[in-house]
Amino acid sequence: MILQLSGVHAAYGATRVLHGMDFAMEEKSITALLGANGAGKTTTLRAICGMVRTEGEIRFAGQPIQNRRTEDIARLGIAHVPDGRGTFLHLTTEENLRLGAYARKDRGAVARDLDRVYAYFPRLKERSQQQAGTLSGGEQQMLAVSRALMLAPKLMLLDEPSFGLAPLVVRELFSILRAINAEERVSMLLVEQNAAMALDLADRACVIETGRMVLAGSAQELKRDDAVRRSYLGY
Amino acid sequence: MDALLHQVLAGLATGGIYASLALALVMIYQATHLVNFAQGELAMFTTYIAWSLINAGMPYWPAFFLTVAFAFVLGVIIERVIIRPVEQAPVLAVVVVFIALLLILNSVTGWIYTYTIKTFPSPFPAQPVFGKYLSSHEFGAIAVTLVVLALLYAFFRFTPLGLAMRAAAQNPESSRLVGIRVGWMLALGWGLAAAVGAVAGMMVAPIVYLDPNMMGGVLLYAFAAALVGGIDNPGGAVIGGFLVGVLENVLGAFVIGNELKLSVALVIIIGVLLVKPSGFFGRVQVTRV
Repeated sequence: MILQLSGVHAAYGATRVLHGMDFAMEEKSITALLGANGAGKTTTLRAICGMVRTEGEIRFAGQPIQNRRTEDIARLGIAHVPDGRGTFLHLTTEENLRLGAYARKDRGAVARDLDRVYAYFPRLKERSQQQAGTLSGGEQQMLAVSRALMLAPKLMLLDEPSFGLAPLVVRELFSILRAINAEERVSMLLVEQNAAMALDLADRACVIETGRMVLAGSAQELKRDDAVRRSYLGY
Repeated sequence: MDALLHQVLAGLATGGIYASLALALVMIYQATHLVNFAQGELAMFTTYIAWSLINAGMPYWPAFFLTVAFAFVLGVIIERVIIRPVEQAPVLAVVVVFIALLLILNSVTGWIYTYTIKTFPSPFPAQPVFGKYLSSHEFGAIAVTLVVLALLYAFFRFTPLGLAMRAAAQNPESSRLVGIRVGWMLALGWGLAAAVGAVAGMMVAPIVYLDPNMMGGVLLYAFAAALVGGIDNPGGAVIGGFLVGVLENVLGAFVIGNELKLSVALVIIIGVLLVKPSGFFGRVQVTRV
């Protein structure tokens, strides 16, 4: 298990969001987290990254990481593609990518990874010297994924990568995510509103409701599950 | 014409000093969105350290570099020990801390060194360069300022650490997600700002003489310079510094007289805030509501 949450509680001030979340994901898998607005999907990702105070246990590759500092968790190899994309708007595309590799010491491999990222997203190479704030939404999402890749992560957390993107762009992005998962052997935890696309991409999926996990299984099983179909796939 | 040229060149010399201090203000502003009112007193205090070292018999340049290093460490310590605990506090609380720091540094310096005005040596020879236009200290001050600005530019533009500091100032949350220790970046920013301030202090002290209140006027000019350039734009602050220096000198010599020079800074501050609050090179802040 690359990631394991047991009995995780999290709250923003007095508002409790996670109520004893139990969840595990296998190495190299793509796992989708499904759930309605406010179910605690984003908070689960933020809890893993130490961006919200938590109780309970979070283990990454067997090692407890709960309540460690975000920057230290990132250095362990967890790359978070945050909600809102987290672009450094006033820096160039290439500077954004170099920042992704900031915590790494292997300079030579970083240069190679930059080329690899540009190979996945040629559009970013064309815009490499452009201010990132001038990129389109889709390009900024590609940049966010690329910045996460530059960390050479073992685990990527993707918070609604399809948000605000045209369907065609989403399809392109998801096919690249699948390629990255296969070629870079990186595990992915995917939070998505677009459940149909998420289940197509993912190997496994979990459904969370009001801060608890209520259902888990392979993506195929969940696609056939009647409750999931009615609530999240809408047919 | 000769007199005007002289005033313009002399203005560039003091302008460089304003530019350095304005840059220090902008560096802190970019990271915290607050103006560090104690920046001038910090520079003044470190200049006294340089004075002590030189008086103890140390040659000028070793004392200069030791002072810059001391200022850097002092800046880092102030951020870690004094500013860190009020990081999440309301704006006014932080401003009060800055003003307290200003008063404490000013009084402690007066207490240690007394308020008697002291002369501060210049490392440059006494005979003027370029004939009668520019004293060699003025020329040297411009050169030192330009070197400092070039070094800072190279640091922020070309080193990974400089890039990380810019990133941390812009977007702390994303910075943490790529493993940048944002807290330390802020402390480093304070250290660098204090070091730049120390250089400004040592360059201005031979002109205005050394006393605990020597930076009061300079800080006002620097503040005016930072506003002219746009408080969030380092390059603008530098241009603003030179501009304010020249303007102050020329107006002082030919229009309003020396006694009213400081009001130039105040008029510039109010004028910029009224007419173009984002400065001439700054970003206009647009907030979605």
